[in-house]
Amino acid sequence: MAEQLDEMYRDIIMEHYRFPRGHDKILNPDITKEGRNPACGDEIEIRVKMDKDKIETVSVDCAGCAISTASGSMLAEICEGKTIAEVKKIAGIVKALLKGEKFDKSYDIGDIEALQGVNKFPVRVKCALLSWTTLVDAIDAKQTGRQLTASTTEG
Amino acid sequence: MKVIDQNKSHLKSENSLLSVDNIRKDFPILDRMINGHKLVYLDNAATTQKPQTVIDAITSYYAGFNANVHRGLHTLAEEATSAMEKTRDKTAAFIGGVKREEIVFTRNATESINLVVSSWGKKNIKQGDRIVITQMEHHANLVPWIMLAKETGAELEYIPIDQNGYLNLSNINNIITPKTKIVALTHMSNVLGTINPVAEIISLAHKNNALVLIDGAQSVPHMPVDVKTLDADFYVFSAHKMLGPTGVGVLYAREEILNEMEPVIFGGEMINEVRFDFADWAELPMKFEAGTPNIADLVAFAPALDYLNKIGMDKIRQHEIEITTYGLEELRKLDFIKIFGPDNVLDRGGVISFVDDKIHSHDLSQYLDSKGVAVRAGHHCAQPLVKLLGVTSTSRASFYIYNTNDEVDQLVEALKAARRYFVNG
Repeated sequence: MAEQLDEMYRDIIMEHYRFPRGHDKILNPDITKEGRNPACGDEIEIRVKMDKDKIETVSVDCAGCAISTASGSMLAEICEGKTIAEVKKIAGIVKALLKGEKFDKSYDIGDIEALQGVNKFPVRVKCALLSWTTLVDAIDAKQTGRQLTASTTEG
Repeated sequence: MKVIDQNKSHLKSENSLLSVDNIRKDFPILDRMINGHKLVYLDNAATTQKPQTVIDAITSYYAGFNANVHRGLHTLAEEATSAMEKTRDKTAAFIGGVKREEIVFTRNATESINLVVSSWGKKNIKQGDRIVITQMEHHANLVPWIMLAKETGAELEYIPIDQNGYLNLSNINNIITPKTKIVALTHMSNVLGTINPVAEIISLAHKNNALVLIDGAQSVPHMPVDVKTLDADFYVFSAHKMLGPTGVGVLYAREEILNEMEPVIFGGEMINEVRFDFADWAELPMKFEAGTPNIADLVAFAPALDYLNKIGMDKIRQHEIEITTYGLEELRKLDFIKIFGPDNVLDRGGVISFVDDKIHSHDLSQYLDSKGVAVRAGHHCAQPLVKLLGVTSTSRASFYIYNTNDEVDQLVEALKAARRYFVNG
């Protein structure tokens, strides 16, 4: 178990947890969206600054656990400068990786690969997914002009 | 309620009242290894473990006298009915000797509250009436009242809590007023451990002609409760939090109130006479128990009550005062741990909610589990309360008859180790 625990709390994850990227709130965001994990009560706020069809920066404001914080930090890091299509592709990879499903291994996901250990702890998958679900919902809502309601990891 | 001698409880640091070693032998699960460590089960406010007699009773029922109750005229049906109804008698005796007709079986305390809200509430609560609950309610005693207030246009008023985790009663006369029709509150908070002065609140409510529902899910398992002395109108609790099986809840209500209430689930077992265009209801408590009940678990609840009676609820309360005293003392030594709830152990049950100032409760409980220590993490189904405490979640250690001071030590050691793992690692 100690080994399994170490596999989840890998050094890369702990480093993102202690020094999260994208922690400073963007002051003039194009999209702002809240997300909730009803299972634990954690709440996050994602802010996105766009540059045409590309994401310029993302900020992730959360008081979550190590897994949720690290995942949000990785999100902020990797999404910078990516197109919406690329971000959605990465979000899909994160989901597959966390759920132990197959994914396109040729795509460079950097540190995110370290989240793989979380799939041995099903309860924690939601922690890792919260920021990604919230970001994808935010982009979809912006694209379709839908009303923004808080994202949730349920359903 | 029994008054506890304040001087006595602080003298002993070892668990001496109960023969905990012997008690532990009756609970097979306590021998389980979790991640290479002996299980330290400190999640008793969520559900307790079961003694062998309860586990055996389920098997005995299915192997020996499985039959549907209340209708068959054969031997097995009579045996099953008698065993199940014996549980009703024991339950009635357990909470102070109420009438057996006043004990309605449900699935859990949540369903018991929902039954009161759906039946009594919808009939008696009108627009402009007031419903009073507290800020420390479990969602089970919160959401049904929110829904009822919405549906009827009644006001929902909250008794606030103070910084120490007590109900703040300074303004109570403006909260419980003649407009108030029902006051619903927990006897013991599942997050803070606070034991509320329910007798006082019931008396004030009755002066205003309001009825009172007490959520006893955390109190009945842990201390002597006499609903007659308290003068509660409704009192609810769950079997699984007191050594019994899951799937059995209890609603106690005074007979005259139950007689005035309409059933909310209709079908078999709950009727007196049915014609093609007419039905009237069976006598109490059957009119609220439509359909085949959870016979096996009801039968197996009896040995749980026997077990608690054999030890004695006074002694159980005393044991929990001792272990909680020790737990609070040891946890207070950790300067990175913040504890919620009353400082005075006599005002709280065996529940200690806490946060580490650097480690999220999810990470903490995951780490504790790797050391075999089971605690609960999260909002404990009391989101508004936990928010009020200024956190999104807490960790919670909760004790029962089989827990020892050694186990508290193991919790404390694991908390220190978590600190090394997450903060100073």
